[in-house]
Amino acid sequence: MDKFDLDAPHSTGTTIIGVTYNGGVVLGADSRTSTGVYVANRVSDKITKLTDNVYLCRSGSAADTQIVSDYVRYFLHQHTIQLGQPATVKVAASLVRLLSYNNKDMLQAGLIVGGWDKYNGGKIYGVPLGGTIIEQPFAIGGSGSSYLYGFFDQAWKEGMTKGEAEQLVVKAVSLAIARDGASGGVVRTVIINEEGVTRNFYPGDQLPLWHEELEPQNSLLDIWVAAATGPEPMSM
Amino acid sequence: MSSIGTGYDLSVTTFSPDGRVFQIEYAAKAVDNSGTVVAIRCKDGVVMGVEKLILSKMMLPGSNRRIHSVHRHAGMAIAGLAADGRQIVARAKGEATSYESTYGETIPVKELAERVASYVHLCTLYWWLRPFGCGVIVGGYDREGPQLYMIEPSGISYRYFGAAIGKGKQAAKTEIEKLKLSEMSCREGIIEVAKIIYKLHDEAKDKAFELELSWVCDESNRQHQKVPDELLVEAKNAATAALEEMDAD
Repeated sequence: MDKFDLDAPHSTGTTIIGVTYNGGVVLGADSRTSTGVYVANRVSDKITKLTDNVYLCRSGSAADTQIVSDYVRYFLHQHTIQLGQPATVKVAASLVRLLSYNNKDMLQAGLIVGGWDKYNGGKIYGVPLGGTIIEQPFAIGGSGSSYLYGFFDQAWKEGMTKGEAEQLVVKAVSLAIARDGASGGVVRTVIINEEGVTRNFYPGDQLPLWHEELEPQNSLLDIWVAAATGPEPMSM
Repeated sequence: MSSIGTGYDLSVTTFSPDGRVFQIEYAAKAVDNSGTVVAIRCKDGVVMGVEKLILSKMMLPGSNRRIHSVHRHAGMAIAGLAADGRQIVARAKGEATSYESTYGETIPVKELAERVASYVHLCTLYWWLRPFGCGVIVGGYDREGPQLYMIEPSGISYRYFGAAIGKGKQAAKTEIEKLKLSEMSCREGIIEVAKIIYKLHDEAKDKAFELELSWVCDESNRQHQKVPDELLVEAKNAATAALEEMDAD
């Protein structure tokens, strides 16, 4: 019987997604942080704010991605003061890339930078493991993303509305959660556009069930209550 | 106009009793003795022109450039000590490329001007460094539109719609103020700058001069470059004609 390795590094097994739509971007992620097979945090927030208009989806080592996002937030803050206006998404992604590339030997961080600025509108930049930077209409990352490549090839289209884009993201994350053991919990989304930022939350039991998935099992107590007038008292 | 510093002007790290740093003012005098540099910001770009005084008949035309490209989208015109100017241009080029390496975007003109001004100012803070003996005009076109900045030897940098440094700067500024820059295109601007430079060139004091013109505008695809030869010839002709007309009056 395998022992749980509670000293294994915290990893965000993860599914992360960033999608552009007509007017902005939608970022989505699951909420499972695993330490080996133990779920250290089942409600983690993997979508981190860098500036008011740029957010970061984190996958890989939790510690590495947190440090990188802290540094980038700091540099971006200074840059904003110097420039006198909000930084562009491209600048944020460039800074993330520099850290990721220059420390590639030590870091394990798969990142997606997404946001909105007034010059270029909604933009998504993928910064995967080696520290390359690539601007994409949509990006997927994390262990759960392996199961989504075919799905996006079929379901992605240019110029979606905000509602369509968010639905696509939620559906995709929930599909990945169904198949990837290292992804699970709730689905969090962040929508960024000219008007601002909206955070949404989709609890696990509200997500659609896919092929062969079972209904969520509520506690036995609730089942007894529903079936009879009350729980049977214990008899001695 | 000039006042003697007597004793308080020996070092750039000494203030005079009336709060002036004389070394910086003397550096500015070096700029005032150089050929005029005129720059204007038109509605679609920036035009810069230099009255390049020719010191020797044996110099090849086109050599000893006073206007340099700092990056694709920005250029600099120098007045004052040429060697000092070369240093500033080199620094500006370095700043522009380093910004792009870090942030992944072309350096905004405002940021470039501030960094160069910071560097010029740095050289006024230490006794073992002398201030730069040159003034610099930065003209560039970024996502905020065309912009013009002037940096003095003191390290001050302001944004202008029209600027002039060098011998004929007072006369040049008067002429610039007469222009309606917000309605002018760069094509027209080239002619106006040429006319101004020809007008304020002092035939008696300085002999020959060569006109150097550059622009960065929509027509040049927002790249900083020498004004195309045909337009340069056109500008020179228009300027000479305007001078003759004036002399004829």
